[in-house]
Amino acid sequence: MTTTIGRIGIVLALVLCACSMMMAQNPIAPEGVKIGDNAPEFVLKNVDGAVIGPRTFAAAKGLIIVFTCNHCPFSVKYEDRIIALQREFAAKGFPLIAVNPNDTIVSPEDSYSKMQKRAADKAFPFPYLFDETQVVAQRYGARRTPHAYVLLRTRTGWTVEYIGAIDDNADNAAEATQYFVADAVNALLKGTKPAQPMTKAIGCTIKWKKG
Amino acid sequence: MIVGLVLAALLSMSVPDITLADLERRFAAGSDTVFVVNFWATWCAPCVAELPAFDHLARTSRSYGRPVKVLLVSLDAHRDRSTTLEPFVRKRAYACEVVRLNETSPHLWIDRVDPAWQGSIPATWIVARDRRVLHEREFTRRELIDTVKSFLSRSPR
Repeated sequence: MTTTIGRIGIVLALVLCACSMMMAQNPIAPEGVKIGDNAPEFVLKNVDGAVIGPRTFAAAKGLIIVFTCNHCPFSVKYEDRIIALQREFAAKGFPLIAVNPNDTIVSPEDSYSKMQKRAADKAFPFPYLFDETQVVAQRYGARRTPHAYVLLRTRTGWTVEYIGAIDDNADNAAEATQYFVADAVNALLKGTKPAQPMTKAIGCTIKWKKG
Repeated sequence: MIVGLVLAALLSMSVPDITLADLERRFAAGSDTVFVVNFWATWCAPCVAELPAFDHLARTSRSYGRPVKVLLVSLDAHRDRSTTLEPFVRKRAYACEVVRLNETSPHLWIDRVDPAWQGSIPATWIVARDRRVLHEREFTRRELIDTVKSFLSRSPR
């Protein structure tokens, strides 16, 4: 009996060791997720102190995740449009989660307390989460702010269905001609795939931790 | 004519528009020149922080044994040109030519520069007749000079 337990222990230790070695070699896929990939689960602290993540939205058909922040002028230009996305799509089953991935030493404007202030000032109708370790941004492969992802619920989790810009005109919402995130969600609501699953936009670099 | 336009732009410190097609024409005309094209914006703090490095590169551009042309391509919005961009350029008085990119639909033009570019700025595009490299990163003065030298050494005329 003790030998068996001992053997199991050794096997477990070996497996754990192998896993941690694999993780050490490839802690995160540097390129992040691709269209059709399973979306990584996560939990992060919201501005109200609650710890939440995709799993929190048990009834959602999908999710809109936007990596954004306080300081980036492009993020600021998109704030009202992000609010509008939540107002339109949360009720249809696609709530929005905003995630600030910036290092607060590099970018003090993006500190947790300043996130709380911004969320209150703008009355954000969605959670605004602090990705303090930057692991979520790395797992998703977010490269700039704002950077949007649309996820679709599957039987076991979520798949990534859209990655990219919110629309095609950062400077002027009224002059946008293509609404990429809204179009992607509407396609998924109809049971089809987004016509443009990946787009690019100009944005601020994510402020990664130094050293 | 191009010289005239450049002189006019320098004298008035106005920032003319440029399209990617215009840029390509500039590249084609300057066959022996290595173009260092920095995509930036007045609203982008890390971009503004590295502009002195590009100014230094432009001021020392004769020391590389080959023509090096530094071009600062602003991504500021059209409506910010006279209120923000041009006052900024006048105040800084860099030795670089400054232009404003006149393109819409970033989801299309970013890939025309380089499909590997994710769209964050600052980004620096080094272009020679035979080779193009897009650096999606920030540079210190030293890093910029080393990067340009390394490009030149691998890009014989």
